[in-house]
Amino acid sequence: MTPLTGYLLVAALVFAIGLGAALTRRNAILVLIGIELMLNAANLNLIAFWRYGPNPEALIGMMFAIFSIAVAAAEAAVGLGLVIAIYRHLHTTDLDQLNRMKG
Amino acid sequence: MSPVFYLLAAITVGGGLAAVLLRNLIHCALAAAVSFAGLALLFLSLDAQFAGFVQFLVYVGAVGILIVFAILLTRNADEQEGGLFSRTWLMGLAIAAAVFAVLGWAVLRSGSVLPNQLASPVASVHDIGVALVGRYVLPLEIVALLLTAATIGAVIVAMHEKEGEQ
Repeated sequence: MTPLTGYLLVAALVFAIGLGAALTRRNAILVLIGIELMLNAANLNLIAFWRYGPNPEALIGMMFAIFSIAVAAAEAAVGLGLVIAIYRHLHTTDLDQLNRMKG
Repeated sequence: MSPVFYLLAAITVGGGLAAVLLRNLIHCALAAAVSFAGLALLFLSLDAQFAGFVQFLVYVGAVGILIVFAILLTRNADEQEGGLFSRTWLMGLAIAAAVFAVLGWAVLRSGSVLPNQLASPVASVHDIGVALVGRYVLPLEIVALLLTAATIGAVIVAMHEKEGEQ
């Protein structure tokens, strides 16, 4: 097993864990944590391919990862703001109860 | 594969599993922070020092604190009846397992064609800074705009409605 294979397998495992959290947990904040785990797994893939791929001095994978971290941080802020707004409005963060679009 | 890699992988995966499976939401947030820290250490072990420290600052610091604040602001939501997992948890688990099976199969089957440059690359902060304000200056500006819009949008969305109406 080459080092890159090991990193890719870890990233796949973290992605699957995040996907499982996003699909199975009932609390909206835990779903957001799952989405963050998935984004982080993608970042690990980008960095691993940058490290073991050809032409690392062009910094392409590194730049992808840095911009991806910035976008993920913005997503976390907006997502948690939405969760807080929904909680103020409906007094729950249980996704099984949030089954109507009417406010 | 070195023992350090296995240790960091165990921290990352174990933290992720704990974040998904624990009952107490605060414990979930702390386990997620452990998992983010493990990923940052994996970045450091991949010779990506800048990305590793950015990951520490942004995820373990900012996003972790943000999640804890959101949990505290929605506090009495966590004693919910009917368990932790949604009614369709079996299907979600099956989908996640299937995705991992496909990804793992693809990675293991393509082991011989993947790149494998063993010489460790040099990426100093100076190089990254020059690239950010040189070749990647337009994405940098767009990200700055996105972060401003996201910050203002998050504050407006989470603001009290009564204060805005008067």
